[in-house]
Amino acid sequence: MAQGAFGRAIEKAQASWKFLVIFIPYAWLLIFFLAPFFMVLKISVAELRIASPPFTPLIATDAAGATIIRLVFDNFAYLWEDSLYLNTYLNSLKISTTSTLLCLLIGYPIAYAIVRSTPTTRNILLLLIILPFWTSFLLRVYAWMGLLADQGTINNLLIWLGVIDSPIRMLYTEFAVYIGIVYTYLPFMILPLYANMEKLDMSLLEAASDLGARPAVTFLTVTLPMTVPGIVAGSLLVFIPATGEYVIPDLLGGGNVLMIGRVLYNEFNANTDWPVASAVAIVLLLLLVLPMMLYQHIQSKEASS
Amino acid sequence: MAAAASHSIHDRPWLDPAQKPFIQIQGVSKQFGPFVAVDNVDLDIYRGELFSLLGGSGCGKTTLLRMIAGFETPTSGRIVIDGEDMSSVPPYDRPVNMMFQSYALFPHMTVEQNVAYGLKRDGVAKAEIQSRVNDMLGMVELTQFRKRKPHQLSGGQRQRVALARSLVKNPKVLLLDEPLGALDKRLREQTQYELMNIQDRLGVTFVVVTHDQEEAMTLSTRIAVMDQGYFQQIGTPTEIYEYPVTRFVANFIGSANMFEGRVASQEDEIAEVTVDTLPVPIRAEHAAPLAAGTRAWVAVRPEKVQLSREPFSQAGINMLEGQVEEIGYYGESSTYRIRINEDVRLEVTHPNLRRPRDGRHLAEWEDKVYVGWEPGAAVVLTS
Amino acid sequence: MNPKRSRFLFSVLCFGMAFLYVPMVLLIIYSFNNSKLVPIWGGFSLRWYKVLFQSEDVWAATALSFKIAFVNATFAVALGTLAGLALVRFGRFRGRTLFTGMITAPLVMPEVITGLSLLLLFIGLQGLIGWPSERGFTTITIAHITFSMAYVAVIIQSRLSGMQEDLEEAAQDLGAKPLRVLFDITLPLLAPGMLAGWLLAFTLSLDDLVIASFTTGPGSNTLPILIYSRIRLGLRPDINALATIIILAVTIGVIIFGWLMLRQQRQRERDMHEAAAS
Repeated sequence: MAQGAFGRAIEKAQASWKFLVIFIPYAWLLIFFLAPFFMVLKISVAELRIASPPFTPLIATDAAGATIIRLVFDNFAYLWEDSLYLNTYLNSLKISTTSTLLCLLIGYPIAYAIVRSTPTTRNILLLLIILPFWTSFLLRVYAWMGLLADQGTINNLLIWLGVIDSPIRMLYTEFAVYIGIVYTYLPFMILPLYANMEKLDMSLLEAASDLGARPAVTFLTVTLPMTVPGIVAGSLLVFIPATGEYVIPDLLGGGNVLMIGRVLYNEFNANTDWPVASAVAIVLLLLLVLPMMLYQHIQSKEASS
Repeated sequence: MAAAASHSIHDRPWLDPAQKPFIQIQGVSKQFGPFVAVDNVDLDIYRGELFSLLGGSGCGKTTLLRMIAGFETPTSGRIVIDGEDMSSVPPYDRPVNMMFQSYALFPHMTVEQNVAYGLKRDGVAKAEIQSRVNDMLGMVELTQFRKRKPHQLSGGQRQRVALARSLVKNPKVLLLDEPLGALDKRLREQTQYELMNIQDRLGVTFVVVTHDQEEAMTLSTRIAVMDQGYFQQIGTPTEIYEYPVTRFVANFIGSANMFEGRVASQEDEIAEVTVDTLPVPIRAEHAAPLAAGTRAWVAVRPEKVQLSREPFSQAGINMLEGQVEEIGYYGESSTYRIRINEDVRLEVTHPNLRRPRDGRHLAEWEDKVYVGWEPGAAVVLTS
Repeated sequence: MNPKRSRFLFSVLCFGMAFLYVPMVLLIIYSFNNSKLVPIWGGFSLRWYKVLFQSEDVWAATALSFKIAFVNATFAVALGTLAGLALVRFGRFRGRTLFTGMITAPLVMPEVITGLSLLLLFIGLQGLIGWPSERGFTTITIAHITFSMAYVAVIIQSRLSGMQEDLEEAAQDLGAKPLRVLFDITLPLLAPGMLAGWLLAFTLSLDDLVIASFTTGPGSNTLPILIYSRIRLGLRPDINALATIIILAVTIGVIIFGWLMLRQQRQRERDMHEAAAS
């Protein structure tokens, strides 16, 4: 067919339409996701100064008028030398790792029980797991403040039962932070596990027991290996945000529990030391980059299959 | 080929040099990265044909169909439909419609809306759309289901909606991708004849992709057997079955006993082939002259082999002695596996013309039997 | 299943559900407490609801939060749908790897980092081009869109890859040009995914504290910021009342939504059953 000017115009319009579909979200992410990230990187190698903005510029002119690039790694050295920061990073990792394991320990049997229930019950149970996610995260953490406080429900109940005489300190301890994280992130563990187990072919378990495996053996040799993808996905979904968590340690841990998200927030807001806050953020990102890439890898594999 | 002589040229436009091909595929190739899906093929399809592209999965038949529809662009070569080069014509402007393997019915539209969709895109007047949709739904007997959504239909009904939707625009060519693949066996046979009827009535050129050789044999005017991106053979169902030109075709369509050997001599259209594993040379048909010593394969269909407990009269030509090793009883016929010697087994199919006498079939396990065939019932293949 | 195991699974479920729901139930009960001290029961009363409704701060913060959530969800669906389309339907294009990375990274990025980096960008931009002149509605909304669109893109992506491409090809084959196919076929079929994405983006925005705290300015308090500033200092019965309202609203919403979905699914199954029988 001979292609007239009209046909070419349509083709051009179509090409530009495809271009726009990619360009609009792309541009948005470049400006509001990637650029901010480079801002953080830039400020992390600047020095604090009393001015606005409160850091030295990356590119400056020296006394002789030559352009110089100033990279200051003092902030990173400072994080390394100050045992407060090092301990905080380690403590964050300890808390997030332990919480992830706790979530797995509690979440795995729950996910399994949901998969094994009848279709109607299953839908209701899933709804019950998802429901808290739609309600306010902040208020669910707040609920535990009421439970764990010195004059809180749990202490009152135990005193009334005569188990204890004086309140046990639970709020503003690491214990409370663990409770808060497990409580908040449990659905994030259960849902990927459920999605994984749902696809599991139950006849495999029957085949295993038919071939003489006892239930415990079947679990260890068939169920567990086949749910590894769910375990990994769920664990990452708990581990990554828990490591950088701010609200839970702040509300339930008070000043007693050191977690890096809280230090970062305070460094920025209370001390207005932007360069150090940026360096804290960069190091946190470096700690999490491997698990984040692993999660992305799983996600893209899932999306393409 | 000899078999065509008795038919009129009217039924067989490809034999008439004055006829112009309706679809011309000229030197078309398609590569996906390093993988060559379609390898430099040429094909002419004539107006009113019901042409089948037959082959296993990954042979390139679907890619070829999608190139005719315009969903894939040939890496090289061109496709001409009714004299018009399709190279720069996008799918939505081509005079072809396609019936998808999955039917691809729009789930959010009713049967009626699905069928009307193509006419609306062409800007056909509302009243005309209504009447053409009505006609089409009448033809496929779905008038009472017009307001239903696709998920409210059975598999056979969905297939008919898809057919109606692709025919309503009066395409010059209808492309069908495994049109019967999703139906169960009983429905398939019935639908097959319906398809042929509709094609006959509307005179639309059909190009069908299928992996089912039976389907291709019963439906088609001609078949192109495809393997690894190119055509092994193009011909009528009879030609393909009776005169396969390659071992692939002989094995892909029906089954065949195959002997490898070398041409000893040839007289008229009968060649004599020496096979190392057989005590006697065997004879089979080959039209073109063959040089002595050429590597060749003799193919003979199981149903063309005679089976007897007595030696035949024709003095040993193509006759072998053997022992029944296996019997498959299918009711209307039985298949026997005959052990000729250590290396050679022969499959023979025989219709069960009579009931077994005293519980004995034509031949029983371990029976000593004679098998053989007319030289004209077997073919010599050189590739 | 053997009874010992099913009893074990049943108790696990009971424990799990109790763990998830007892705190929320207690939260609701104490909202009706007449006493000023949250954990000590002082009789039934609705006084904290009255306090809540009379608080102008709460109304202002709620209005701001809803405004942000609404604008955020709408933009996030638009951008996320485009991103999902680009990723699934356009094959390879230059910079695709970076694009995929940027789409999924906000899903797992710690909130403190997202918040900090966006704030630094806004301050940098202000110094550079004078925009944004102040932080509040606009900056919070932009920050929320950036991470919400990632969630929408993931939903759209999974729906698109589950959707057969031959529907779109069939439309083209019947004479629809690509843009027409988008509006006739692709978008209608994506509609449920877009609705789910919208609801998710809306909820994420309503729920966010950390990123909003970073990107807000003086005087612009979202509901979470307001709640946070109050509960940091201890238990507040009026917050219990607020929590009760939020939990009930969400529960009713989810139940209605779930019921509608279930009904639709049942209807569909019945239809298919009848179709197969006909």
